[in-house]
Amino acid sequence: MSGGQEITLEFELKAAIFDVAGEASSKTKRVLQQIGIRADVIRRIAISAYEGEINTIIHSCGGVMRVVIFCDHTEISFEDQGPGIVDINLAMQEGYSTASDEVREMGFGAGMGLPNMARCTDKFDIQSEVGVGTKIKMVVFH
Amino acid sequence: MDEYFHSVRLIANRCKGCVSCTKRCPTEAIRIRGGKAHIIESRCIDCGECIRHCSSHAKTAITDSFVDLERYKINIALPAPTLYAQFPLEFSIETILGGLLKLGFDEVCEVARGAELVSLIIKDYLNRKDIKRPAISTACPAVVRLIQVKFPELIENLVTIDAPVEVAARVARAECTRKYHLNADEVGVWFITPCPAKMTACKQPLGCEKSNITGAIAISQIYGDLLKALPHADKKTNCNLASWVGIGWAIAGGETSAVEVDNKLVVHEINNVSNVLEQVAIGKLNDIDYIETLACAGGCIGGPLTVENRFVAETRMKQRMQKIKDEYQVLGKRPLMEYQKEKLGIKEWQAIEPRPIMLLDEDILKAMNKVELIEKTLESLPGLDCGSCGSPNCRALAEDIAQGRATETDCLFKLRERVRDLAQEMMGLAEKLPPPLDKDSEESEESEESGKKEECEVCG
Repeated sequence: MSGGQEITLEFELKAAIFDVAGEASSKTKRVLQQIGIRADVIRRIAISAYEGEINTIIHSCGGVMRVVIFCDHTEISFEDQGPGIVDINLAMQEGYSTASDEVREMGFGAGMGLPNMARCTDKFDIQSEVGVGTKIKMVVFH
Repeated sequence: MDEYFHSVRLIANRCKGCVSCTKRCPTEAIRIRGGKAHIIESRCIDCGECIRHCSSHAKTAITDSFVDLERYKINIALPAPTLYAQFPLEFSIETILGGLLKLGFDEVCEVARGAELVSLIIKDYLNRKDIKRPAISTACPAVVRLIQVKFPELIENLVTIDAPVEVAARVARAECTRKYHLNADEVGVWFITPCPAKMTACKQPLGCEKSNITGAIAISQIYGDLLKALPHADKKTNCNLASWVGIGWAIAGGETSAVEVDNKLVVHEINNVSNVLEQVAIGKLNDIDYIETLACAGGCIGGPLTVENRFVAETRMKQRMQKIKDEYQVLGKRPLMEYQKEKLGIKEWQAIEPRPIMLLDEDILKAMNKVELIEKTLESLPGLDCGSCGSPNCRALAEDIAQGRATETDCLFKLRERVRDLAQEMMGLAEKLPPPLDKDSEESEESEESGKKEECEVCG
């Protein structure tokens, strides 16, 4: 954390570790409630943070979630260490998922993650390179 | 009336200042101060978890008493279906209703009948296309208040339909006013309640301006007198008895079966409810139509103001339901199928307001500074969550410190650290002499220096 004008939260997300899945977005939500952000805005931030968190855990080799909260907006970003998305347009389609049956059995991997994140945020940017990793940056105005 | 009315209260002379209630409270509403438990009114949702878990029985729920009945010309008892589960099956529901009349009520009206009406209207409500899904039940007032304080973003998911008891009260009051040619305020409507949450809802209603319920009497309070009255009670047969659909609301799952919704989720016990609401909030349960949420384990039969063990109560309730089902089958009767909208008071529904408790400061910058302070303080606390400071856990203490309601030395471990540091400082000071008296000082400095030299020689 630094300064008085912004709050930075950083979480390390490990691949396939489901028992802590959702904790990062829960903590983010708590801070937003503490500073008095509107409930509907919190809901959008929490959903996009959660979807990103789960995506990173399911699909990536591990990564970092970073939330920077300003007075008037929140930035949520994810950066993982691969494997990268082959076809971003396809991944952005509702219902498309590369999740394994095992993951689906746990109730994840419905193919709504990325579309949900895009829908809930005011700015959504995704960059991915196969073999390198995926970077997502989202902004929600309060 | 104060901003918040609460039926859950402390009996101060019984409170030992132990920390069990602080740890059980789902909204972290209790702090121990001055050796006694204090309830933070804005946080309390009247769920009664503290009543359930206090081994000194220092938590109670204030209730109305029979003396209050004298203020009204006609008094109606509204027994929650849970009441029937308190007594063995040899006492029929009609006998129990008769017993209530014996105790001084002029009329009885089953809350289960209200539940039947509400079941039908919820069924229609769930067919609407314009509602937020998953729809969440408003039958349990502790859950509604939990949503107000912890999940304000889910208020729009709450069904905009009164709880069965409110509907039953409205119907009963209207019927009696007509029958006895009285003004509405000459009729007392008394809910026989299994929980403090519903007691509070009479005084501070959710979803309507003023409740039709005059007051509430705890099942545990009326139990003894009713038990004595039952053997002498006449069967109350001149009222329409509720079917199994209505009385089933007393147990978890009863509401959703009554509403006949397939795509449902039934959650009971306040912490489970909280976890599921957390999932709803992040959009994980959007594919569910209806969630029945009950603060007490097992449903209302597990209410903190009941007498009978909830497993015994559940079995009895199911047996009573089966009995009614069988009777209906013999008589070729069917449960209530239609309702009149005005009886349910949908038009009167008042939006439920959020009551956010997490907010640290109205000024966002100040709040952000407090968040930082909390995180910093939390790092320095032991993280044992022992609760000895009087706050439920280390994070709550950090929040209390940031809000100026506690100090770091309220933590026993921090206090011990401070005492140790001070003791060491005092020891140091005690050995210190003013320079004119300190005859050893030069010598000792010399020896120190020579010591250092030796060290250097050794390592060099």
